[in-house]
Amino acid sequence: RFPPPFHERVCTCSCGRVASWEGYFSRWVFLMSFPALKFTDKHEWIRVEDDGIGTVGISEFAQDALGDVVYCGLPEVGTQLAQNDEFGALESVKAASELYSPLTGEVVEVNTLLADNPGLVNKSCYKDGWLMKMTIGNPAELDTLMDEAVYERYIRSIED
Amino acid sequence: MMWARLIVGAGGSGVGLRASRGGLQRVAGAACAGRRQQQRRASSTEAALRKTPLFDFHKEHGGKMVEFAGWSMPVQYRDSHLASHVHTREHCSIFDVSHMLQTKVHGKDRVKFMESLVVADVEELKDNQGTLSLFTNEKGGIIDDLIVTKTDQGYLYVVSNAGCADKDSAHMKARLAELKAAGLDVELEFLDEALIALQGPSASQVLQKGLKDDLSKLTFMTSTLASVFGVPDCRVTRCGYTGEDGVEISVPRSRIVELTEKLLTNSEVKLAGLGARDSLRLEAGLCLYGNDIDESTTPVEASLVWTIGKRRRQTKDFPGADIVIPQIKAKTARKRVGLVSTGPPVRQHTAILSPDGQVIGEVTSGCPSPCLKKNIAMGYVDATFAKNGTAIQVEIRKKTQPATVSKMPFVPTNYFFG
Repeated sequence: RFPPPFHERVCTCSCGRVASWEGYFSRWVFLMSFPALKFTDKHEWIRVEDDGIGTVGISEFAQDALGDVVYCGLPEVGTQLAQNDEFGALESVKAASELYSPLTGEVVEVNTLLADNPGLVNKSCYKDGWLMKMTIGNPAELDTLMDEAVYERYIRSIED
Repeated sequence: MMWARLIVGAGGSGVGLRASRGGLQRVAGAACAGRRQQQRRASSTEAALRKTPLFDFHKEHGGKMVEFAGWSMPVQYRDSHLASHVHTREHCSIFDVSHMLQTKVHGKDRVKFMESLVVADVEELKDNQGTLSLFTNEKGGIIDDLIVTKTDQGYLYVVSNAGCADKDSAHMKARLAELKAAGLDVELEFLDEALIALQGPSASQVLQKGLKDDLSKLTFMTSTLASVFGVPDCRVTRCGYTGEDGVEISVPRSRIVELTEKLLTNSEVKLAGLGARDSLRLEAGLCLYGNDIDESTTPVEASLVWTIGKRRRQTKDFPGADIVIPQIKAKTARKRVGLVSTGPPVRQHTAILSPDGQVIGEVTSGCPSPCLKKNIAMGYVDATFAKNGTAIQVEIRKKTQPATVSKMPFVPTNYFFG
């Protein structure tokens, strides 16, 4: 059953711990509301919602490597992007990192909160720190991206 | 001190820290390289890097080690670059600068020797006083920046950049041979001591607890020999390269870990790496050798005329003086200036444009200022645009952004003058 009943609120990471009500609630609400993430080898993620719009951000691994984000350079709404096109940059004090579009499509929204609060990318890279939303011009391209398990293996291979 | 070639210096040091292209993949890869270094036994490339006596200490304290000028140095520790930068401005931080070249110049003709290489009036320095100076070449280009201190112990104490160590020592040795052949009395001694900088507003208060001498008598750019927290034979010089009050301490290698540990027991003190170092020196308007000055820039172009001693302007006897001295009056075609802007950060190699879009120069260093919350940079511009307050443009990712020529330092300096 999905989600499991509250009395079965055991942590899913196999640690066996009983999750708190808040943890239970937020985790299952999160999973229910959002379809799976897909990752690029350049550490962007995209999540395609029911309305066919993809939300794009960067991974936990990338935000950690980048350090404190102090400026987010994001595209204008209406920008047409091909897969792997540069669509902006995240800047820390020490470095600028370009962002590449995970898919082909058109930018329909950017996260305006990041203009005043770029640190959201560090604090909440999978949720409040999202970067932009785009249409999915070629759904077949989704198959070229990694799912979470494959991406995690990919990260481990980089770390090794 | 000069911390030249910190992050983005020439020679390809600091992978992943340069504002170059390549996306998150590159940054992430660099972070991993740092982790790998800590976890694995040294690979062949790592083994080739030189290590300061604090190398193991850095790793034990979470230092992310990167290649810098042929050395393995910490770019940051567990705290973020930003946190470390702000901590230095509000408290104080220890920086390992043992990779820099420390030299003693002995002999009764030592001042003559030094003045044959640099632009400073070394003769007029008081005992134990130091100054920032420049090695120049015959064309007036800057070979390196350095601090020279005229000690009361019968020698000059010189600290110059790690990235220039080989050419600096060769340059000094060549002049030494020349002067000795002419019968002058000079000897060079290249030191093996460790060197740390303690920088920040609480640095003197922290250090005073381990020092007999009264630090209020040790003003900016003066030096003394002292026992520091029980470690004898330390040379303490009130200088630094962050714009803050602080000291550099030259310490016998065998006692450096002990001294660093003792300083760290004070809760005011944290470790800081090359990352914070670079943003701090840029806020203070200080040049990074290899970025902001090099052998193709003269002291006048680099807005470092103040380093040329008054007497030296008359005697015109430093290398390249025939070219440099006339530039003081005649002005140069280009000049090093500060820039400020908002919007996307301005990085090295960014083109500088006039209001009507003509290229008038290039940025040599730039970053978002952690203290000012706006972008700061320095670069060379056509001298007609060098006046403070001049509106110019910078080109970032094919878009022009407005910027303003600004005086430096960007953040007021906090040196101790007594």
